Amino acid sequence: MDLSAINPVLLVASLMVAATPLLLAAIGELVVERSGVLNLGVEGMMITGAIAGFAISVETGSPYVGILAAAIAGAGLSFLFAFLTQFALANQVASGLALTLFGLGLSALMGQGYVGIRPPEMARLDIPVLSDLPVIGPILFSHDPVLYLGLALTAGVWGFLKFTRGGLILRAVGENHDAAHALGYSVIRVRVLAILFGGACAGVGGAYISLIRVPQWTEGMTAGIGWIALALVVFASWKPWRALLGAYLFGGINVLQLNLQAAGVAIPVEYLAMSPYLITILVLVIMSADKSGAPASLGRSFHASQ
Amino acid sequence: MKLTQLLTSAAVALGLATTAIAEDKTKVGFVYVGPVGDGGWTYEHNQGRLAVEEEFGDKVETVFVESVPEGPDSERVMTQMALNGADLIFTTSFGYMDPTINVAKKFPNVKFEHATGYKTAPNVSVYSARFYEGRAVQGHIAGKMTKSNIVGYIGSYPIPEVIRGINSAFIHARKVNPDVQFKIIWAYTWFDPAKEADAAKVLIEQGADVILQHTDSTAPQAAAQAAGNVITFGQASDMSEYAPLPRVSSIIDDWAPYYIARTKAVMDGTWESKSTWDGIGAGMVGIGEISSAVPADVKAEALALKAALADGSYHAFTGPINKQDGSAWLAEGETADDGTLAGMNFYVEGITGDIPQ
Repeated sequence: MDLSAINPVLLVASLMVAATPLLLAAIGELVVERSGVLNLGVEGMMITGAIAGFAISVETGSPYVGILAAAIAGAGLSFLFAFLTQFALANQVASGLALTLFGLGLSALMGQGYVGIRPPEMARLDIPVLSDLPVIGPILFSHDPVLYLGLALTAGVWGFLKFTRGGLILRAVGENHDAAHALGYSVIRVRVLAILFGGACAGVGGAYISLIRVPQWTEGMTAGIGWIALALVVFASWKPWRALLGAYLFGGINVLQLNLQAAGVAIPVEYLAMSPYLITILVLVIMSADKSGAPASLGRSFHASQ
Repeated sequence: MKLTQLLTSAAVALGLATTAIAEDKTKVGFVYVGPVGDGGWTYEHNQGRLAVEEEFGDKVETVFVESVPEGPDSERVMTQMALNGADLIFTTSFGYMDPTINVAKKFPNVKFEHATGYKTAPNVSVYSARFYEGRAVQGHIAGKMTKSNIVGYIGSYPIPEVIRGINSAFIHARKVNPDVQFKIIWAYTWFDPAKEADAAKVLIEQGADVILQHTDSTAPQAAAQAAGNVITFGQASDMSEYAPLPRVSSIIDDWAPYYIARTKAVMDGTWESKSTWDGIGAGMVGIGEISSAVPADVKAEALALKAALADGSYHAFTGPINKQDGSAWLAEGETADDGTLAGMNFYVEGITGDIPQ
């Protein structure tokens, strides 16, 4: 066993990369749930974003266009969900599950011609002085742009929900849609916009896996990250910064357990492999012991006549 | 076209297709563990399948199912193939061993060929390649090329085939570089690009400047390329799209001659159960071109080693070799027997860490 082989700076830098897909999907879903909608289709939207982003960036040669396409694809798929649940008043749980299954199948179909291809690379941030700083440079100033987008979104969503009128309306719709309706706000419009935002975030999260983290396309490559994002939103008590903490914790332990294995720590591999799930849930459960509950209208359909 | 018309024409086409299949066609099925586009293991098996089609043309019909999970699901796939009239079924991953035996019992007239396993039956043959001979060449190059003296190894499952490869690579790396250390990560998958990429990145962060992989995707190659100054070897397939750097050489599995010979045997009625284990000499294991990134003298040594392995003048496991705990395994000049190699479940002396049980 040789723990000195583990470089803490590189560990932090790579945990940020490992956590980004999870963070993006969780932030999107957080907004959706704050508006009172439960979309279980995160996994399906992520994988669709992953292949759409991959395919478009291979065709156009630009990873940025690919990321944009992933956001559009994720939002497009979520619009299906929005139509079913907001206009057709279908059950949200069933529609969300169907969306995941549909997304997995659709992405496998779309991806058939893209297996084993190398996507164009996305340049990393390289600021002359800052990126070369010891410790801080590799951690803060030498990542890809999408990673910073994830952090910016977290801050943006936090600020939006806490300080803006729009955020207040969104929360009102999520807490009590009848009251919001009585005040004259369009519940359906707010929710559809939230769902589209959630879909776009999930799509970008998926494309981050296929374009930057791996980078390659394979069927089912999101491997359950969407479900973890869903759980993360609940355990984070619907608060953006806690979602960030949870995502970094999960990503961090994931990277750490591989590091421990490579360093030859004498813990059975199976325990190491399950540790990210256990520890993330444990920490967030302890943190969510305070009284912050779910949005009161979460998962309930709304129709103006009721 | 209206839907009903479409359906009718589809049904007619289907009917034509079915009648078009002549009675005397030999049907060969393939069960793959990954997608045919993995660029590695399954890709090469599929090349073998295409070679069979090319060789026999109209006399043969091949079918395949890709990304079949090891375990009960594979049994269902094999049963379906046998029910659909396959005469010969190749099951191309270690984890299909028991399912193959189970299904073979139910279909005594169908011939089965299981790759990399060790259980045979009257209608089940096993075949594998001596990948460890290729690993010896890789180990030699790795030992010569590493500057950090740390070689990272991404293992799939702790089964004899993989352990054999680690031991062989390690022995030959140590032979040319007594300071070399191996860091091993078990990915517990044959094909999961995200996991393989993470494992490769971690190994590189811990100082490895050579990455050997026993998993099937090209994700570790991409990770090495992104890191720079790291060399890799193609696994199962040439992976030459990553040459000359990071990929400096590769092990290529060439199944085509074997698949053609076995299909021919079924056609002629001469098929019988046997165990095949061929190496570089027989051409089942190929060494991909050693790229320009390798110094000329190292390349010459590696090619000499390959030639010695091919003509049988040198065995990759030649004593003296001790086991990890220091106990003697092979005496001076003694070579390992196939039985021990087939069931290898120990590291040789010098490798740190334990094999997961």
